[in-house]
Amino acid sequence: MSQDTVNAKTTIEAAGRISRSALPSRLFAIAKHGFSILLTFVGLTAITFIIGRVMPADPVLAIVGDRASNEVYEAMRLQLGLDKPLIQQYLIYLSNILQGDFGTSIMTTRPVLDDIIRFFPATLELATIATIFGVFLGIPMGVLAAVNQGRLIDHVIRIIGLFGYSVPIFWLGMVALLIFYAGLGWLPGPGRIAVYYDGIVEARSGIILLDSALQGEWEIFWNALHHLVLPASMLATFALAYIARMTRSFMLDQLNQEYILTARVKGLSEGAVIWRHAFRNVLVQLITIIGLTYASLLEGSVLTETIFAWPGIGQYITTSLFNADMNAVIGGTVVVGICFVGVNVLSDILYRIVDPRSHD
Amino acid sequence: MTDQPTETGLKEWLLSDTPQSVAQARCQRLYLAWLSFSANPIAMLGLTIIVVLVGMAAAAPLLTGGDGTEQALANRLQPPSIAHWFGTDELGRDIYDRIVWGARITLYIVGLVAIIVVPIGLLVGTVAGYVGGWVDIILMRVTDIFLAFPRLILALAFVAVLGPGLENAVLAIALTTWSPFARISRAETLTIRNAEHILAARVQGASTARIIVHHVTPLCLSSVIVRLTLDMAGIILVAAGLGFLGLGAQPPLPEWGAMISTGRQYMLDQWWVATIPGLAILIVSMGFNLLGDGLRDVLDPRSGGTS
Repeated sequence: MSQDTVNAKTTIEAAGRISRSALPSRLFAIAKHGFSILLTFVGLTAITFIIGRVMPADPVLAIVGDRASNEVYEAMRLQLGLDKPLIQQYLIYLSNILQGDFGTSIMTTRPVLDDIIRFFPATLELATIATIFGVFLGIPMGVLAAVNQGRLIDHVIRIIGLFGYSVPIFWLGMVALLIFYAGLGWLPGPGRIAVYYDGIVEARSGIILLDSALQGEWEIFWNALHHLVLPASMLATFALAYIARMTRSFMLDQLNQEYILTARVKGLSEGAVIWRHAFRNVLVQLITIIGLTYASLLEGSVLTETIFAWPGIGQYITTSLFNADMNAVIGGTVVVGICFVGVNVLSDILYRIVDPRSHD
Repeated sequence: MTDQPTETGLKEWLLSDTPQSVAQARCQRLYLAWLSFSANPIAMLGLTIIVVLVGMAAAAPLLTGGDGTEQALANRLQPPSIAHWFGTDELGRDIYDRIVWGARITLYIVGLVAIIVVPIGLLVGTVAGYVGGWVDIILMRVTDIFLAFPRLILALAFVAVLGPGLENAVLAIALTTWSPFARISRAETLTIRNAEHILAARVQGASTARIIVHHVTPLCLSSVIVRLTLDMAGIILVAAGLGFLGLGAQPPLPEWGAMISTGRQYMLDQWWVATIPGLAILIVSMGFNLLGDGLRDVLDPRSGGTS
């Protein structure tokens, strides 16, 4: 017993020494991290700048049309700042973005940012529910597969996972609508909510589930939830496949470690070994994976939104695209890109906080 | 029976512990890889699917009555039958014919993306890893930016500017796909850049370019090929998605994603028009995923088949 306490004491002291000496290097790491995020943002905007301003043969013509007079053309050219050097144009573009100015949408005649704020909650709602589906189905599947490695259930889960990776999501959505909406009539069709409920709930957050629940409109809440089931399950197929695969591989790593053997030798039940010992270590690693999934679903909902007539950011980008509304397309792309990077950064930070091993 | 001795002779030649020549050693390595690959039923299933796809694409004129674009309006929207295995679409075109010809388009997209992406990824990755220093930092920052960007959205934005069409879709997909290959080749290069055979080549006076092309790149290939096979499914899905949105191959080309898009209007009453091309996409991308999984187990022993 005394041996143990001595050991514990030296360990604590050692840990203290490490954290004190590691402080400047941690600050340095944070600064480095921040710098790389900043660079990613600059690169992201540079790419969209190139797509929107440099690649089109004549951005002025795209806006004014080929019947515009020379004066109108010239005025628009000056207004866009195309007479300035490219690098200066980029800096203007960057400062506009930082002020939330993405230009005006030709289609809706409103500022692009206003449009995005209106359309984004629908995507957020869809991606969030899909991620929840993916997490609550994918993690148990991955654990089950790892525990039964090489047995039939492992192969079945592997095939399900490969299906999730391989299926064209827009097609799966159509087939699901055919079966569950047109055929069996179990679930409602496309859209976020039944037409007769439209506009009853005051849009505070724009997330219908939240708004209706806060205002006590439970009938509308259930209706919206029913509408969410199909599109969210479609979107969740990929999340589920990815999370299950990663959980399995992380679990296998842990189950082969010696501390698991020790736990078994101590006579712990198999359930305790798997969930209390192995899984707790896996959970930390899964934070990054779940973050990645969430970010990719925010983006991946483009095709699902098209099938289910879901008024989200993906549908906004595609309809703008068909109306040659470049400001809206580029604005939407930048916002989705920022969310994508942002969620990844957040999950990375969360991982660093939760996992003590990443501190040194 | 007469074949028996030569066959065992070949097997012995392939499995002998003391190869007599470089060629024999190479054949042996391939044979051993093939043995462990063919013992994996899932990987073999994937390989079979891809071989059938390639066969279908190559033999399309023999397998079909036309080129999949002849219209027969009297025959429109016929259900699957003996004359039309998968039924006909809204212009009376045979869906089986279009699926077979569509295999060519799928392979064309996948092949073209691979041809663009692999050399770029290898070049960026090996140069960054081997030269190091500022070159490494700059190249990897650019790679990370492309990695950080959501893929389908970026492809959408590119196609929006370039205009819809098969070649532009390929270009857009390639621009959003090369970055992981650069990351992988850089990682491989870092592990081998100080290996003895590289040092030996440097001492012999080989130029940096020669070392990168002749000594570093071949060693990066196996990881790149595994990644490429696994990425194929993703490439097919993005291409199909672009086609579905009307931004990829243009009508009357029998591109599977575009076929689903036109079939969408007839989904309720003529389910086969959209369902069959979707199944084709699912089977092919599943095939590439199965094959990639198997290849990874064979070529990349470090993964140990656990992930």
